[in-house]
Amino acid sequence: MKEPHVCESKSDIYLPEPATVLQVKPMTRLETYFKFKLNSGKPLGHRPGQFVQVSLPGIGEAPISISSSPTRGASFDMVVRNVGNVSGAMHKLRSVDRVGIRGPFGTEFPVDEMKGKDVLLICGGIGLVPVRSVIQYILDNREDYGRIMILIGTKTSADRLFIEEIKEWRRVKNITLLETVDHRDENWSGIEGVITMLLPLVKVNPSETVAVVCGPPIMYKFVIVQLQKMKVPDAEIYVSLERHMKCGVGKCGHCQINQFYVCQEGPVFKFSDISDIEEAIE
Amino acid sequence: MSVKKLSAKAFNKWVDVCVQEHCVYGVQAKNDRFAFGPLARGVDLRLDYDVTILPPKKYLQPPSEALLKFNKEAEYESITEVEPFVIFGIHPYDIVAISQMDKVFSADNGDIHYMKRREQATLVAVDVQNASDNVFAGSMGTAVVDEGFDILLTRLKDSYLIDIRTEKGEALMKHTKKAEDATEADLKLRQQVQEDNKALLNKHELLTAPQELPALLNQSLDHPVWKEKAELCYSCGSCNLVCPTCYCFDVEDDVDWSLDEGVRRRKWDGCMLAEFAAVAGGHNFRRHREDRYRHRYYRKGRYIHERYGDIACVGCGRCITACTANIANPVEIYNRLREDH
Repeated sequence: MKEPHVCESKSDIYLPEPATVLQVKPMTRLETYFKFKLNSGKPLGHRPGQFVQVSLPGIGEAPISISSSPTRGASFDMVVRNVGNVSGAMHKLRSVDRVGIRGPFGTEFPVDEMKGKDVLLICGGIGLVPVRSVIQYILDNREDYGRIMILIGTKTSADRLFIEEIKEWRRVKNITLLETVDHRDENWSGIEGVITMLLPLVKVNPSETVAVVCGPPIMYKFVIVQLQKMKVPDAEIYVSLERHMKCGVGKCGHCQINQFYVCQEGPVFKFSDISDIEEAIE
Repeated sequence: MSVKKLSAKAFNKWVDVCVQEHCVYGVQAKNDRFAFGPLARGVDLRLDYDVTILPPKKYLQPPSEALLKFNKEAEYESITEVEPFVIFGIHPYDIVAISQMDKVFSADNGDIHYMKRREQATLVAVDVQNASDNVFAGSMGTAVVDEGFDILLTRLKDSYLIDIRTEKGEALMKHTKKAEDATEADLKLRQQVQEDNKALLNKHELLTAPQELPALLNQSLDHPVWKEKAELCYSCGSCNLVCPTCYCFDVEDDVDWSLDEGVRRRKWDGCMLAEFAAVAGGHNFRRHREDRYRHRYYRKGRYIHERYGDIACVGCGRCITACTANIANPVEIYNRLREDH
């Protein structure tokens, strides 16, 4: 007789640990920036691209990307769009308020494998939020990487995130940073058009480049087709995919893409691993 | 361990003592059907049942289960106290399903909430005495079991054979002094019952071996059957709710009247429900019924297999019975794919 499977873990995978809001800063009409710190004082221990589950007592729990690099100390950043129960309630948080945090969860952007290569980062809308963790990581280890190309697209100029930080990024040596808005208005004199318009404007050496793509679901197929035309290999394209990650630990079933759980095998996927998975890219 | 035998009369008395000494859930009649419920008297136990409305999963992963307590200061605490209990009368296909759930919840990130319940449970299985209208356990290799239970009961003519496999099973057997050792002849009779069940529990015949299903599905992504059936689907999730291997859940906070504290609960969810794959902001990654319908069969027949090595269908046939649109027969789907392959 086989005994029932023994559960190795004695700790509760659903138990959040306490964290405190250090800073709150509205960014756009819908998005707010938060800085948190674990009450234990320990660093979160995350890697660029990972996410946490944020708990607000009585409201619930939601998966939120970490927007800062682990190289930036024990605190960590999030930028949250006000669209759901938890994200809505988060917009009422003030500094010193407490939340629960589980994680970090999921896969990372391959910042180690990128070393010595050019990095092309393509961010649509709030796709910049998780990619900022990679950008900061690269800037803090600048000599390890080749040319950095950052392409950012938003719907309008009012939706732009990290405006001050982008100015600083532009000043760093060997960085190409291009921004576009889908619809120009009186506050924007730059490029107008969807993000794929920016790709022909950068000079990419396809054999030396790793591409990172993060944005709304509709964006991926158009960007990837163009990257393929530019001869960037599928194995050098990384995408961060959004799904409904309820538990974060591979149990609840919500984030499934075919045989993958986005909370376990993702959210960062190598495109060549999912290119023939029919539910992955819409 | 050992195989014992109790006369039908002594068996009923044994169950009566078990009910007095333990928290026992057993199969009972519910109108013209059967259901697991708290058992008060041995005489109410209906081991001749064909199939229960819901599988015994409801005691291991309750429909609504408290995971954590919290207060408004965002202090969270695990809730894991579970009293020991006995489930009496689990059919072999449901035992197989529980073994699959054990794997899911113990693997990788072990789930202490499920495992605590599982540790406290004593599983008393019973060989099927009456086949239900839609059972196809014979096709899935789950009509009989040889592991995954603490005790296996088999009805012979005027007696029950009691196959005791664990210490938990031995503990229950302390409640009778009438048990005799089973004879060679008894064991032969049991073998006959089990052999017969493999053939009898097969009201729908799967024309392919279960282990061929992942490959078959792999080649059937664009088959017209998904759209055809999904057009009739109400997205009601009944097939999810009655399935012994469906375990997806949602998590909600229930706040106390005081507004100072509350309980975080997980509740059964179902991949056929329209909002299952929707994210905040409204985007739904499986917004078409066809996507959800196909996903369910792929999850049962291929994805779970890739992750845990099991075909996540045990042939209980509950989905077939529960589906008001009459589109949930897995055998019909799989045979159709095979035919057209």
